[in-house]
Parts: sequence; C-alpha cells; structure tokens
Amino acid sequence: MAVAVREIEEQLLIRTGKELVRLVIIGSVDDGKSTLLGRLLYEAGGLYDDQIAQVRRATRNGDPIDFSLFTDGLKAEREQGITIDVAYRYFETDRRKFIVADTPGHAQYTRNMATGASTADAAIILLDARLGVLPQTRRHAAIAGLLGIRRLAVAVNKMDLVGFDEGVFRRHQRELERFAAPLGFAQLSFIPVSARLGDNVAEASARTPWHRGGTVLGFLESVETAREDAQGPLRFPVQTVLRPHLDYRGLAGQIASGTVSVGDEVVVLPSGTKTSVRAIDSFEGPLAQAFAPMSVVLRLAHEVDVSRGDLIAHAGAAPVPRSSLEGIVVWLSERPLDPRRVYLLKHTTRTVPVRAVAVKSRLDPETLGRHPAESLALNEIGNVMVQCGRPIIPDAYARNRATGAFILIDALTNETAAAGTVGELAAAADNAETGAPRIVAVEDVASAHEVERFLSGEGALAAIVRTAAAAKACAAAGIVAVLVRRPGDQALPDDAMAVDLRNAAWREALRSADRA
Amino acid sequence: MSHPIEMQEISHLRRLEAESIHIIREVAAEFARPVMLYSIGKDSQAMVHLARKAFHPAPLPFPLLHIDTTWKFRDMYAFRDRFVAEHGLRLIVHRNQRALDEGINPFDHTSQKYTFALKTQALLQALEQGGFDAAFGGARRDEEKSRAKERVFSFRDRNGQWDPRNQRPELWNLYNGRIDKGESIRVFPLSNWSELDVWQYVQLERIPVVPLYFAAERPVVEREGNLIVVDDGRYRLRAGEVVRPRRVRFRTLGCYPLSGAMESDAVSVRDLLAEMLRSRHSERQGRVIDHDEEGSMETKKREGYF
Ligand SMILES: Nc1nc2c(ncn2[C@@H]2O[C@H](COP(=O)(O)OP(=O)(O)O)[C@@H](O)[C@H]2O)c(=O)[nH]1
Repeated sequence: MAVAVREIEEQLLIRTGKELVRLVIIGSVDDGKSTLLGRLLYEAGGLYDDQIAQVRRATRNGDPIDFSLFTDGLKAEREQGITIDVAYRYFETDRRKFIVADTPGHAQYTRNMATGASTADAAIILLDARLGVLPQTRRHAAIAGLLGIRRLAVAVNKMDLVGFDEGVFRRHQRELERFAAPLGFAQLSFIPVSARLGDNVAEASARTPWHRGGTVLGFLESVETAREDAQGPLRFPVQTVLRPHLDYRGLAGQIASGTVSVGDEVVVLPSGTKTSVRAIDSFEGPLAQAFAPMSVVLRLAHEVDVSRGDLIAHAGAAPVPRSSLEGIVVWLSERPLDPRRVYLLKHTTRTVPVRAVAVKSRLDPETLGRHPAESLALNEIGNVMVQCGRPIIPDAYARNRATGAFILIDALTNETAAAGTVGELAAAADNAETGAPRIVAVEDVASAHEVERFLSGEGALAAIVRTAAAAKACAAAGIVAVLVRRPGDQALPDDAMAVDLRNAAWREALRSADRA
Repeated sequence: MSHPIEMQEISHLRRLEAESIHIIREVAAEFARPVMLYSIGKDSQAMVHLARKAFHPAPLPFPLLHIDTTWKFRDMYAFRDRFVAEHGLRLIVHRNQRALDEGINPFDHTSQKYTFALKTQALLQALEQGGFDAAFGGARRDEEKSRAKERVFSFRDRNGQWDPRNQRPELWNLYNGRIDKGESIRVFPLSNWSELDVWQYVQLERIPVVPLYFAAERPVVEREGNLIVVDDGRYRLRAGEVVRPRRVRFRTLGCYPLSGAMESDAVSVRDLLAEMLRSRHSERQGRVIDHDEEGSMETKKREGYF
C-alpha cells in the first residue's frame, strides 16, 4: 500500500510537467491506421476498462482484439464503413501527452490531412508492405512537408504478410527516401511494423533482428517538437483590447513567438508607432517577462491607437506590413478558386479583404512537379499571389508557423475556402515596388480618404495620420502616410509630397513620384 | 512584486490553458453576443476560471447560462448561487417552462424525451431569447467517441442543429467565426483537455467544485446497476427498492435521478486523481442518459444538444 501511494504521488508529480506533443497519422484506407492507433492507445494505457470490455465484446470469439474498433467514430461513417473526417485522439506516456490528429484516406484526403498537419509537430505515415510506395504515399509525404512538418516516421505496416522480409522493407525505404529528399525533412525514420500483431509498435520485435531504428512509440517519445520559438523574434497579435475602466487599457493576446519584458522598446504594426512595454499583466499578477505560447495582457507606455489585428514586435526586429504576398495554398472548398468571388484572408487575429488571388502554378504532390493552372479545385495545391485590400504583417511560414499561416474565407458562403502558407518574403517593402512617395500631405479628411483609396488600389499600404511624428513612423515601417494638415500647419516633413485634389493630375503625380 | 519565470518550456497544462484562453478571447472579439453555458460541473468550473483569466482585470464580457431542468442536486444550486455571487458573474437561468408545466419528468418519460424537452429545447429557447450567436460549452473530445471529431468552433444552422458533414476545417489556430444571421456556433475551449487534465488544473488553480465530487455518506438506491442518490422527496421508489446510506461520489454531475454515483473514499482532489490513476474507467459510464442507444450522444447533438 505504502509503495502504491508513493507511486501515485510520483505519477501526479510527473503529470504536472508533461510535454504536449501533436502528431498527425496518415494512411490510405486499409493500410492499418486504425489498428495502429488503437494499439498505441492500448499500449500506452490510453483506453479505459469499459472501452476495452466493449471492444472485446464486439470482437468475434477466438479472434485477437480488433484494435481498430477503439478509434471508431461517428454514426454516419460507421454506416458507410469509412472514416470521413479528422478525429482527435489523446494518450499519454510518462513524459508526454499526445494529441493525435487521425486523418482518413479518401477523396477529401488532402483537405483533412492539411488540417491535421497544420498543428502537428511530427507525422506518422503508414504504408502497406505488400503494396509499397504508392502515389498517395508520395502525396502524404509532400503535404506533410509543405505544411511544415520536419519530422516523419514511416511505418511500413503488415510486415507479417511479407514474412518480415528485410529486402522488401529496404526497397520501400529507398524509394521513399529518394522522393522525399527535396522536401527537406530533418528526420525521416522507417519502422517495420505489424500493427495487428504489435511488432515494433511499443516493443522491438524479435522477428526483425535486422532493424535497429526503434519502435513507433519510441519515435513518439523521442521526437523533437516543433515549438513556437520563445527565443525567436517577438510576435504578439492583439486579440482584443481590455478597458475595465478609464485608466486601464490592456492588449490581450497569445505570444506567437519570442519573449517580451517590461521596458522593451516595441513597435505597433501596421501603424509603425513606437512605444515601450509598461506592464505585462496576468490573472496571478504582474509579470516581468512572458514568452511564447503564453496568453497575457500587455500595457504600453503611451496612449497609442491599438486594436484587434495589430501586431506588437520589438522595435529592432519588426516584420514589414505587406499587401501582397506569395504563398502555397491548399484548396479546401468544393467551389474552385474563382476570381469573381470575394474572399477574406485571416492571418493571426487580422481579417482583411482579398483583392485578387492569382494562381501561378499547380503543384502535383505525387511528383512534386509544377503545372500551369488558372484555378484550383478541392484538394488541389498551388502557388498563388494574393493581393490584400489592407496590409497584413506576415513572416515566412518556414520561419514562423503562427505568423506565416493564413486561411481564405469565402465572403458569401462563409466557408473556409483555402489554407495557405506564406513563402519567403522579399526584404523590401511593397511600397518600394509601387514607387509611391512615403508621406503624402493633403488638406482635409475627405481628400485623405480619396488618396488612401487610390494608393491601396495601386497595391501600396497607406494609413491616414494626423501628426508629422505618426507620418514618420509609418514611413519608417514602409507604409505611405497620408497626413491631414491642420490649418496653420506650416512645416511639412522633409520627404512629404503635398497633393491637391483640385489638380486633375494628382493621380499621375502620385504614380510618378519617387520614380525619378 | 513580479513573478519570476520558472521555466522556458511550459508544461502541457499551461500550454492547454494558454490555448483555451486564446479561443475564449477570439470568440469574445469576433461575435456580437456570446454566452457561456454553465452546468455547475467541474468542466464548467474550469472553463469559467479560464474565461476569468482571459479578461482579467476586466469582468467577463458575456453572461453565464444555466439550463435548469429543476432536477439538479440541491448542492449544485447552492454552489451555483454562491459562486456567481462571490465573483460578481452575470447568470441567466433558463427552464423550459412549458415542458415543466406539461409534467415532463425523468420518471414518466424516456431519457430521450426528457433530455430533448428540458435540455435541448430549453437550450435552443434560451439561445434564441438571448439572441446569442456563440455559446461556449465545456465538452472535451476525449469524453466520448462521437466527440473526437468535434471542432473547436462547431457550426450550427438556423435551427441550432449540427450537421457532421457541414463543419469547417480548422487549421492552425485560425478559427473561421463568420456566420449569417440566425446561425450560431458552439465553442469548446476545453476540446483538447482530458478528464485528468481538468482535475489536475482544478487542483493547481484551487478552483472550487461542488462537494458531490467527493465521497460522503449519501442516501443511495440501486436501480438497474446504477447507484442513485435520492436527493429529495420527488424520487419515486419502486416496490422493493430501499434507500441505504453509502459512501459515494460522482464522476459527472447532472440531473440527480439520472446520475450514477460510484463507491469511493476520495475526499479531496488529490484522492480523486489518485483513484483515477489507479483505475481507469471512462467517465460517461456514470451518465445514465447515454446508455439508451449506441451513438445516442450524436443523435442529441444533431438535435441541438451540447
Ligand atoms: N496481417 C495484418 N493485417 C493488418 C495489419 N494492420 C491492419 N491489418 C488489417 O488490415 C485491415 C485494415 O485495417 P484498419 O486498421 O481498419 O485500416 P485503416 O483503414 O487504415 O484504418 C483490417 O482488416 C486489419 O485487421 C497488420 O499489421 N497485419
């Protein structure tokens, strides 16, 4: 008894400090995904007594337990005998709590897989040892790679049906390694498995003495997680502004990356206003420092204009607001990409209208070949150029998954039409390309709106400001400041260009400005 | 004055906490009239705690909503009233008065009919009356098989109904909360939490819970294999049934005539955690209500239940 009590105490202690790991498990129908997952849950003690009893009842007398029954889901799919959607499973070991996105393999596959892969630290891909590397296996590996998964285990399943033959295993391994080379995985482990009999799932199999690469559970226990980087540059997307009373104005959000300390010099984007962090608040009290992925409240030193969708970054390491970006999208909607439809782009906590999405090429995930394309249909993947009506503040997905991801929403149907990842970003701001001046001075608010509309139409980022200081801050952040001059304001900032809308040629003047 | 940072790699509980707070804030920011379902159970307590954290030092920007069947344990009502008063929370209590007037009760009616009238219908009425476009619920994906595919943002049509085929893909933490007039969503900020996580969080954060979760001697009658605590004079005993004091606690709380208790000696959260680690039994087993048919939870969900 005393021993048992101590063991429980230890387990409780361990449990407070577990690491959260997200996985996606991918396989075509009948590769044995449900069986493998059921066995993992079983071996890791993730199943309850009554669940086991229920499955034993459902298994025919004399048969080994049908592990696939543990991950059985919705009624509709039970009736059809197929899995139709992403399901999430949970289990834990002594060190880790796992969230497994279980994604099925059939027509809607790419969409489901992309969903599961978007948050995963690592992936397990199954293949049937008898069938080897199929087109869909290549597809799975490619999508995992595109969605930023760097660590992959390939479970070559049903090894019992090929006599645990090393030659078969190595052939599949070589073939997939060759295909995956350009995808740049940091880890690509191959494991010969029999999900049904348990070989190399939790324990090393005596039937594969030639295999030294560990078990599936071993991979899960040791795989490095793809954490948001607390060491990286600070990215704090503002979710909402808290104003309990007049003297308190707190910016609530979850730190996407980096660390923030009281006193840090920060910049509010896209306005470019500089200030510093006055306080970091939490329910427990003020903090001196906070880091990703904490959800906190920041208070700034100055009464600056900040709202939902703005991003706080360190002054010296701020990203550039952009209204156009290149990226890869997976089309999720039954309605193909249609230039006549209106889309919204949601990036961090910011939703902006999309002016245009142009397909540059379609990617064939089975060959990694690129093909010319005009549109994208459900489950297709393409390189696109997106023009936004208002700027977003992205990082490249390869550098930051939280600030490099976006979704496209069909403004009419509200459905999530596509998921996208931001490609490498050119160092220069958009405005350098459009050739617009950095500060435009106008006489009144109506003119300011007119000018701002025009500049946005030209693909530039523009913001209306009222002081020379704000105008300079914008300009420094790569945004065209449309400065409304108050009567009596004589001095214009040096680089400002005064525009009078009564002059019919004002558009041309703006267009040709700075090009000289 | 300031708290030091204990570690750069945070534990899974803190990570889940940060995620849930993110979800709660997204909904508050994107919806016009959110409401938080409050069932007085441990999951609700954890969820309300997370919401208070999300907006501190501001008050909750939405009210709590208790769908009252009138058949909850007396301890639950007492706890509820004390809890909301202590923290200055806005609470809406809604009952399906017409169904109650018609005498719908857990003895004369099947649990489907009872649940539909006093829970599902009551909930839909309350959401409509309040004009709520987003309702938080404390359900977890690991609770029951059909929940494994539930989204964090679960989309409901104009009739408050759920179509498993018409749910939006959820990628990263980019939730699509756009709806048309009359449509709504249910939001599950605890989706990724397990029962063990919730209890451990309750302990870590010293969150108050109803005493019924802890073992005590209670008047128990055994019916169809379930231990039912006879909480008031309304319980209808059948011939031959006897009420005996037994040391029991509840794993989940609901309407008392439909809640199965378990024998236990656990009198603290620590004891509970120890008991759970020792024996693993899935939690919904104590809910008499789910046993009527396989997949019955899903049927209820389609109709609009949480
Ligand atoms: N012989 C053998 N059969 C397996 C193995 N894994 C799965 N199966 C069988 O393959 C079929 C499909 O498995 P299931 O797990 O349902 O596949 P899923 O469609 O990928 O989820 C079932 O009949 C399983 O019993 C294995 O390792 N060896």
